[in-house]
Amino acid sequence: MTEPMVKFENVTKSYGALTVLDSLNLEVAPNEKVAIIGPSGSGKTTVLRMLMTLERINGGVIYVDGEPLTHMPRNGALVPADEKHLRRVRAKIGMVFQHFNLFPHMSALKNCMEAPIHVLGLPKKEAEQRAAELLDMVGLSDKKNHYPSQLSGGQQQRVAIARALAMRPKVMLFDEVTSALDPELVGEVLNVIRKLGAEHNLTMLMVTHQMGFAKEFADRVCFFYGGKIAEQGKPEEIFNAPKEERTRQFLSAVLEAG
Amino acid sequence: MLWDWNYTWEIMPVLLRASVVTVEATLLGFLLAAVLGLVLAILRMSKNNWVSIPTAGFIEFIRSTPVLIQIFFIYFVFPEFGVVLPAMTAGVLALGLHYGCYCSEVYRAGIECVPRGQWEASTALNLSPYVTFRDIIIPQAIPPIVPALGNYLVALFKETPLLSAIAVLELMQTAKILGSQSFRYVEPITLVGVFFLVMSLVAAAIIRQVEAWLNRTLRISGAER
Amino acid sequence: MQLRQLAVCAIIFFTAGLVIASFAGFREFIPGLLEGAWITVQITIGGSILAVVMALIAALAKMYGAWPVRWLAVAYIEIFRGTSALVQLFWLFFVLPHFGVTLEPMTVAITALGLNVGAYGAEVVRGAVSAVPRGQWEASVALNMPKSLALRRIILPQALTAMIPPWGNLFIELLKATSLVSLITISDLAFRAQQMNQITFRTLEIFTIVLVIYLAISTLITVGMRALESAASRGLARGR
Repeated sequence: MTEPMVKFENVTKSYGALTVLDSLNLEVAPNEKVAIIGPSGSGKTTVLRMLMTLERINGGVIYVDGEPLTHMPRNGALVPADEKHLRRVRAKIGMVFQHFNLFPHMSALKNCMEAPIHVLGLPKKEAEQRAAELLDMVGLSDKKNHYPSQLSGGQQQRVAIARALAMRPKVMLFDEVTSALDPELVGEVLNVIRKLGAEHNLTMLMVTHQMGFAKEFADRVCFFYGGKIAEQGKPEEIFNAPKEERTRQFLSAVLEAG
Repeated sequence: MLWDWNYTWEIMPVLLRASVVTVEATLLGFLLAAVLGLVLAILRMSKNNWVSIPTAGFIEFIRSTPVLIQIFFIYFVFPEFGVVLPAMTAGVLALGLHYGCYCSEVYRAGIECVPRGQWEASTALNLSPYVTFRDIIIPQAIPPIVPALGNYLVALFKETPLLSAIAVLELMQTAKILGSQSFRYVEPITLVGVFFLVMSLVAAAIIRQVEAWLNRTLRISGAER
Repeated sequence: MQLRQLAVCAIIFFTAGLVIASFAGFREFIPGLLEGAWITVQITIGGSILAVVMALIAALAKMYGAWPVRWLAVAYIEIFRGTSALVQLFWLFFVLPHFGVTLEPMTVAITALGLNVGAYGAEVVRGAVSAVPRGQWEASVALNMPKSLALRRIILPQALTAMIPPWGNLFIELLKATSLVSLITISDLAFRAQQMNQITFRTLEIFTIVLVIYLAISTLITVGMRALESAASRGLARGR
């Protein structure tokens, strides 16, 4: 049995009195593509944000590639991780955001070069080459010297994907990456994600409202409700024959909205 | 010796008496500034361009030039036209005029910050301009205005040492005189500094309290912080 | 905006008038005033540079420093904002010699004014850095950047553009504050004004012209900052 690439062990997250995630247990195998769906407030975005260390967890441990992320071993026990340990393990994870978060004062190429140069210590030429290749892969080599304000939403999001990939992560997180896009631009981003899944060895976690895409692309679908996984399984099972009433209700509401 | 405590206690009473002059100048100056500011604000917001533009020009002119020069102007130039003012009066007038211009901008900003929709709703409800101002606009304009005015009160207070340039016997002038008599400047000037620091910290705290009280009382949902 | 343009025109006219006047009957005091104006400009520039440096250091120390450094920054900001520029000027001029440190008057002037405006500038810097969208920080974390790198390469460059207009106002405040140095015997414009007045007694003309010269310099500062602002935002909005 292979080690899971990502493992949430009894992870809890609360904001004051409000518990957002309740003793979550989730394992993601290497190269598995997991789609996370559910109503807002169900905790799905929090799962990604905690994995990316954008939020602190209140209980439990998160493991990445066999190592604890949020904690570190000391004298046989697990203590909260220090900055150094966090950064080391976090290097294996990349994230694409709903609102792209590209650096507005840098061109697309420079956006993709910035972290490899200053964090990985790559020489400028190598970083530039890597960035150019990635921008080519997402179909934007003719736009590499453009600034974010000169790009459409779909183009910006594709640059954001290239930027995250430049760090060669093992796990890629997609946080509702098409929700902020005009409908006609959604397709180009989903195509890039499909391509990624087919051509690269990447573990992917996606929070998404694109049910059609999730059904076709994901290996597993997790339905979140009230801070817990209410139901999970293969896409065909979840979408065609959901076992839980809440899953059924959610899916029919989403389908109604078109 | 770096700090002479005996000398410190010796000069305390003198400095305290001078601080009364400082506070006097501050309050009189601010009174003038608050009233003048309102007048200037009303003129500035006039629909008549012949009134509003020269007023705006005047306000910009006063705000863009040093208050010290304005003090000199009133103290030295007015006598050329037969108006001889004692130093304290000239100083208070200059400070009041200078900060009146700042206050006018505060009044203007406060009123213009009330959303247009409030005016429109009042018109739709057929409220008279007077009632609109009194019941709708002013209560919403006051919460941002009062703390801003408070800040200018503190700023004016901290500028009163400028009056020492025309020999008004406020704190700074007194400290300089004490220093030149005893050749010890450390104690008087440091004490003056401490006095201003303490007063302005206290004033800042009071202003924050007033701001909070106003927001609670007038039940405004605390706009952008 | 229109007002500024009017002011600029007025300034240009008046400067031309000044130049002509200094060859005409005003020869008595115009050259002296212009010498003083030059000193004023020098102190303004020197003080402004120091203010920007101090503001950056203090703001970053206050927001991201370890607690001793943060405490120092807060103390600096509160002390220099809580007391007036004149008090600080006098303290450095009269009191520092007692501790064995005697500085040139010009140095005292630039130091005191730079520290004073720097304390106010720290709040401007803090505000601009806080205004950078949170998403920029999150993207930096996602790319595994250490905080210092994110600050240096991502956050500060974006904050700098937002800072420019408030800094313009602060530089004008510094310009006005330079008039105080006349009280510690520096021959700036304000000092020369009084001096020329004692000599020629042309009180009305002297003080009016002096006020206009200050207005001219402050308009130059405003125009300069506007140009800087449009250059910076052009860099952000389009390609460079």
